[in-house]
Amino acid sequence: MELTARNQIMLTGNKAAAWGARLAGVDYVPAFPITPQTEIVETLSQWFADGHMQGKFTNMDSEHSMFMAAGAAAAAGVRVFTASSSQGILYGLEALHTIAGWRVPFVLVNVSRALATPITLEPDHNDVLSLRDTGILQLHAETCQEVLDYILLAYRLAEDPEVCLPVLVNLDGFYLSFTREPVVLPDEAEVREFLPLFQPSQPVFQASEPMARASAVFGGGNYSYFKIQHHLAAQNVVQVFPKIAQEFGDRFGRYYDAVERYQLDDAEYVFVMSNSFATKGRAAVQKLRRQGIRAGLLKLSLLRPFPSQTIADALANRPKVAVIDQNLAPGMGGILYPEILKSVYGLTDRPQHLLSVVGGLGGRDIEEGDFISIVQRLDQPPGSDPLFLFDEKDLQRFDQLRHIAGFSREARVP
Amino acid sequence: MTAIVPDSQEESKYKKVTDLNPEEEIAPGSALCAGCGGLEGLRLAMKVLGENTLTCNAAGCFTLISVYPFTPLKGSWLYTTMSGPVPAAQGVRDALDIRMNKHGLPAKEDLQVLVVAGDGSTMDMGLSPSSAAIHRQLDFIYFCYDNEAYGNTGFQQSGASPLGSYTMTSPNTPEHPAGSERVKKDLFGIWMAHNPSYLATVSPREPIDLSNKFKKAKGMKGPRLFICLSPCPTGWGFDPKDTHVIAKLAVDTGIFPIKEFVDGRVTHTKRPRRRLPVEKYLERQKRFQHLFVPERRDDIIAQIQENVDAYWELYDE
Repeated sequence: MELTARNQIMLTGNKAAAWGARLAGVDYVPAFPITPQTEIVETLSQWFADGHMQGKFTNMDSEHSMFMAAGAAAAAGVRVFTASSSQGILYGLEALHTIAGWRVPFVLVNVSRALATPITLEPDHNDVLSLRDTGILQLHAETCQEVLDYILLAYRLAEDPEVCLPVLVNLDGFYLSFTREPVVLPDEAEVREFLPLFQPSQPVFQASEPMARASAVFGGGNYSYFKIQHHLAAQNVVQVFPKIAQEFGDRFGRYYDAVERYQLDDAEYVFVMSNSFATKGRAAVQKLRRQGIRAGLLKLSLLRPFPSQTIADALANRPKVAVIDQNLAPGMGGILYPEILKSVYGLTDRPQHLLSVVGGLGGRDIEEGDFISIVQRLDQPPGSDPLFLFDEKDLQRFDQLRHIAGFSREARVP
Repeated sequence: MTAIVPDSQEESKYKKVTDLNPEEEIAPGSALCAGCGGLEGLRLAMKVLGENTLTCNAAGCFTLISVYPFTPLKGSWLYTTMSGPVPAAQGVRDALDIRMNKHGLPAKEDLQVLVVAGDGSTMDMGLSPSSAAIHRQLDFIYFCYDNEAYGNTGFQQSGASPLGSYTMTSPNTPEHPAGSERVKKDLFGIWMAHNPSYLATVSPREPIDLSNKFKKAKGMKGPRLFICLSPCPTGWGFDPKDTHVIAKLAVDTGIFPIKEFVDGRVTHTKRPRRRLPVEKYLERQKRFQHLFVPERRDDIIAQIQENVDAYWELYDE
């Protein structure tokens, strides 16, 4: 292992995820391959095979089966990790809703990849946001270090007696999954103090504790009881997460919050972003500030539960805010925009211009020029949303490609 | 005097109904229909398997076995999804193995993992996950209650719906006089091709045969698979008190062969001595009424008979 001077090693996002699972002392990994996640399960498979990890790695037959096995194993008392992406998340969606309702703790990594159709490989967040309403908690990582750290935090969160829910850690495919960054590997003994071996806070399946779980209910009232309980458990995270994050920070020196405020205090223009592209937002803020434009960044890390109050506090008094959604709900726009709007709606000093931006679809880069056009749009009176980050250059490339294939330049896709 | 040493396996077999375990593992009083043949099959199976059993259930009629906050089972229960009970069984099996091997869980805490799923789930969307699990040699028991349609949703066609049967989505019309026009999917054959540790068909009307098969399976490891013909008063259209009659006729006409597959060999464990004509079975059920009234469809009845005869010709001694 090549360590840098600061006890770091170079890891891809995928390897960092695998290390997170290994350091967490995971017992069980049901797995199924999908690009760009496969490196995670390949790595874990190797570690189970060569004895670096103890327990079991099971090759499953689909993501649906994989998530069912993950949830059932968690209900039977072992620490479970699994990973997927994109179409795999969709294929397993029924299972994910189901096992979230089982209130079992485990950690799932999603390596974001845009959804078909058209089928593609590069990232956006329509895959992970399709889990928005499952009641699975979500942490979104910007860096490879965050991937590893969030997995450790995720187990503490998932297994907290006030929570008892699956937690998803998201990282962007390609931009993070295959990008090597220096990552501090925490000492395993130290991790074990932060995250002891799994001690289920709920009864688990074994002969001495017969129980019926996930039984059917009749009647909306009985159904509502369980759903509201699920909601309250997710809401508990708003209190639980800062405590766990504080403890993590005190032990490992890296402090995390539900959101990250970057140059916000005097910011006139704020970009609201998440995941790896937040790094691009940060660079844009620096550049704009050098030009005398007071820009700032609000990075969303905890997406479920949605930290509305924290977001409201961060955006109060910020006059111009652009919510950059790397996703698209056709016929509606960006998915996170309404959630941000809801968060600030009650403020008397809410942003005067809250702009919806949709960009980064299918891995389309968000470049310096895009941030400048966002700033320009924020200076105009609020108008037709969303602003699509898709410009003449994109169109020219598209037309060029079609020209090579023999289409005339005039014929456009309807 | 020469001591007579009994065949120990032969000796331990159930021989009459009074040999069966008098304890009930499923208490009476669930939301299932009166006269459900599948529930009777499961009740008998559970008497053998005992309470240290975790049932992973697929969406279907038997999902109503446990309705919150009640369960008639002494053992454990986990409702999953329609195609999810087998992978859930995998997860539980793996977890218990890990806890015993890595974390010192005493062996007495172990559970027999049982999948309970209907023919719709088993033959349609659940087929791929169970194929994979059998291939992985998952150590579990599969109980498929086969009522030959999607029963819980009101009786629609499944891969198990037999030729000539009416279902809500394969109605008989002048253009489609048979109703269901396909022969039943050969689940036994499909499963047999996976070479499981044990595979059997059982009938609630053959409790001794059923119990002995579960007893045999209980002593084995790996995938052990059961198809239980489950006469369904509601869907098939007969009086609940006649479940046992219908179940018996299914065997006596040769429509439902009672058999097992073990050590690479198929054995018929309850071979009908002289097969009754299939119409004795068909005529008592509403789902086949269109084969008799308003006019007899001798062509379809003959086809059903021919299919049964062709099956048994393969096994005639």
